[in-house]
Amino acid sequence: MPEVPMLEIRGLMKSFGGVKASNNVSLTVPEGRITSLIGPNGAGKTTLFALITGFHKPDAGTVSFLGEDITGLAPEEIARRGMVRTFQIVQPFAGQTVRENIAVGAHLRIRSRTEALEKAEAVAKQVGLGDRLDQDASSLTVAGRKRLEVARALATDPKLILFDEVLAGLNPSEIRDVIPVIRAVREAGVTILLIEHVMQAVMSLSEYTWVLNQGELIAEGAPADVVSDPLVVEAYLGKGMAERMARREARHA
Amino acid sequence: MPDLAILIPSVLNGLTTGALYALVALGLTLIYGVLHIINFAHGALLMIGLYAVYFLNVQFGVDPYVSLLIVPPLMFALGYALQRGIITRAGHGRDENILLVTLGLSIVIENLSLFVFKSDTRVIDTPYSFEVVEILGAFLPLPKVIAFVGAFVTAGILWVLMSRTDLGKAIRALAKERKGAKLVGINTEHVYAMSFGLGIACLGVAACLLLPSYYVSPQVGHGFVLIAFTIVVLGGMGSFVGALIGGLIIGVVEALGGLFLGESLGQIGIFVIFILVLIFRPTGLLGHKV
Amino acid sequence: MRQLVILGIVFALIGLAPFVIASEFWLNLVIMTLYAALLGQAWNILGGFGGQFSFGHAAYFGTGAYTVAVLQVQLGVNPWLGLVAGGLMAVVVAAGIGFSTFRYGLRGSYFALVTLAFAEVLRILSNSVDFTGAGVGILIPLDQGAANFQFVSKQGFFWVIWLMALAAFTVVWWLGNSRFGAQLMAVRDNEDAARALGVSAFRVKMGAIMLSGLFSGLAGVFYAQYFLYLDPYIAYGPAISIESLLVPIIGGMGTLFGPLLGAVGLHLISELTRELIGDLPGISLVLYGILLVIMVLFMPRGLAGLVNRLRPKSAATGARHA
Repeated sequence: MPEVPMLEIRGLMKSFGGVKASNNVSLTVPEGRITSLIGPNGAGKTTLFALITGFHKPDAGTVSFLGEDITGLAPEEIARRGMVRTFQIVQPFAGQTVRENIAVGAHLRIRSRTEALEKAEAVAKQVGLGDRLDQDASSLTVAGRKRLEVARALATDPKLILFDEVLAGLNPSEIRDVIPVIRAVREAGVTILLIEHVMQAVMSLSEYTWVLNQGELIAEGAPADVVSDPLVVEAYLGKGMAERMARREARHA
Repeated sequence: MPDLAILIPSVLNGLTTGALYALVALGLTLIYGVLHIINFAHGALLMIGLYAVYFLNVQFGVDPYVSLLIVPPLMFALGYALQRGIITRAGHGRDENILLVTLGLSIVIENLSLFVFKSDTRVIDTPYSFEVVEILGAFLPLPKVIAFVGAFVTAGILWVLMSRTDLGKAIRALAKERKGAKLVGINTEHVYAMSFGLGIACLGVAACLLLPSYYVSPQVGHGFVLIAFTIVVLGGMGSFVGALIGGLIIGVVEALGGLFLGESLGQIGIFVIFILVLIFRPTGLLGHKV
Repeated sequence: MRQLVILGIVFALIGLAPFVIASEFWLNLVIMTLYAALLGQAWNILGGFGGQFSFGHAAYFGTGAYTVAVLQVQLGVNPWLGLVAGGLMAVVVAAGIGFSTFRYGLRGSYFALVTLAFAEVLRILSNSVDFTGAGVGILIPLDQGAANFQFVSKQGFFWVIWLMALAAFTVVWWLGNSRFGAQLMAVRDNEDAARALGVSAFRVKMGAIMLSGLFSGLAGVFYAQYFLYLDPYIAYGPAISIESLLVPIIGGMGTLFGPLLGAVGLHLISELTRELIGDLPGISLVLYGILLVIMVLFMPRGLAGLVNRLRPKSAATGARHA
């Protein structure tokens, strides 16, 4: 590619007490698109996010963001450069209102309290929390909290957002509500990398996906192609499952 | 550089004092290992134990070593009740809250006893209070040597209790996996309280072994609190062996600190160790859990 | 803004005290209440707004107190200069303690214990070196006069502590209305989430501990000049650390007016017990301890939480604590 990629990971390694949570992972996230990272439970997806965003230090390998090496930088420094993450287990500032929560993100670029609160209000409306601005963040429903995660990240004016299972735990109608929000984020010019379990979302949202299993990338490509990859099916459902599924498909066809 | 004739007795003295510290720290480390809480009232509860031993001796003529049969069970009951009645309700999801509540308890206990017993320092008189044992040319008070042995015996009993009995197994299960223990039907509230009670019973043992060579006053626990924390942190929170070794190290550091820096500055070594270990090695030098 | 107006009114009302109170006894009580509110507000900056529970605020208090006393007695430095020096030295000590703990990510109970140990180290040091008067303590020679920070009447002291407290309360108001305060509370409520949003937890906590240390140090300077005597146990002993945290815990951590409510509550209680039971050693401390246990058990939000609960939800003041 001629242009500088948004995010480039080369040979990322991390083990915890002998378990390889990340084993030589390399991937390149292009600018302006929605890409995704999938894989069964315990595949090392969240660890990979933590390595990229500075919450863990990799044992080996490099992370570069917009062409600059950011390996080993602190999370706040990485956020300042324009890459933020959300958390799979939502982490609201409990006891603070929705507005105050989002303003923390807004303060990354805005010093003035008044302006940060105004920005928080605007972002809240954008993600559909406009009517809950003065509610205590801990009183939000799961869906509300997920929106709050999105809003806080968005308020930092990022160039790249890493969403960690932002749809997990939502019911189908809530998922249908949140998907356009994520699309709108991309339309606003923010690049997105998702970790997702909800396959429906991965299929409809992302243009390119990587599959992680036991710390290693085992497949990549367009989501529709990747999910029919026998290797991927096996990783998710166990050995032999790919064949059985193929047989069943054949019967139905 | 003082010669060996001063150094050896100093180290031996430090070791015996250290064993006493270890006794106090054993209960603290047990409580931390299981409940993951830091019991700030540990010193104040030790003081209660010491008064119990004192009054049993003065009022009823009970020998402190005979009190080993009486005081630890009483302390166990006290600990059990404290945990179930107060401490367990205080968390609200923050471990600092428990620190605050146990701090509050220690303030109450200390000042009540100041009120009741006045600030007098009291000692007991036993036939063996001034007996000495000669070891490597050093003359060590017999009660301190007994306490030294007692610390190891207590640690041994605790170890057997934790590894060989059903209660010990339940405690260890709970220390590792709160939710899991609950799922397999362990009465977590009860086991927590048992653990806390055991930790406080250790203080009862410490009190019995301590008093013949020590004293009791309302503030007596003060000196022990931070020292016991230091030992627990040094030895690794939740580790019995760590508490023993940590206690001995601290005893020797204190003795040598006193020898080289003088009485008042000598104690500083303990706190410096405490700060350094917490900052650089918060899992302790031997970091293992129960 | 509303809070600032209320703050102004409250301090204006307190400012009436010297004009309406003739008795030295009662004016002294007001002074000691403001002093306790200052100590508590100092702790509240770090503990209530920053979520870092310090058990060793005596380290800053004692440093402020000893600085002004030692400079005066050993070097003949004017105590008003000593006031500045005392505040600064307390900030330096706070920065040192903050750097060595926050740098290594100490949190929760560990932080509490390490701060306690630092205060103990300072106590032992001040007990061992000569220029602090060691265990004997240090006596500031009586030399009354406003130029000497030794007022003839209590009124002078009143205005000094009133100003100090006003400064501390204004800073805390600012915390509730500034980026720094928002980031501090974010770190308190969820450090990882705050960092993910670009908040430098380390820098924010450093700022908080230095501010906190400053006001504790000023309280120490005031104490030294008011009582003209210090020893290691007064300056660096646990009593000050406990009072510092008790006041906001009773009044309401992380709220602007909590420390004031707490200070008033504490002094009411100790005066009442003195009236009812008499002046017995330790009895007011017993009550403090019981109060601490009760507050943590049943009212983790303090008196301010109670006040808020009695009012409509939208009018709740300040930042709340989960």
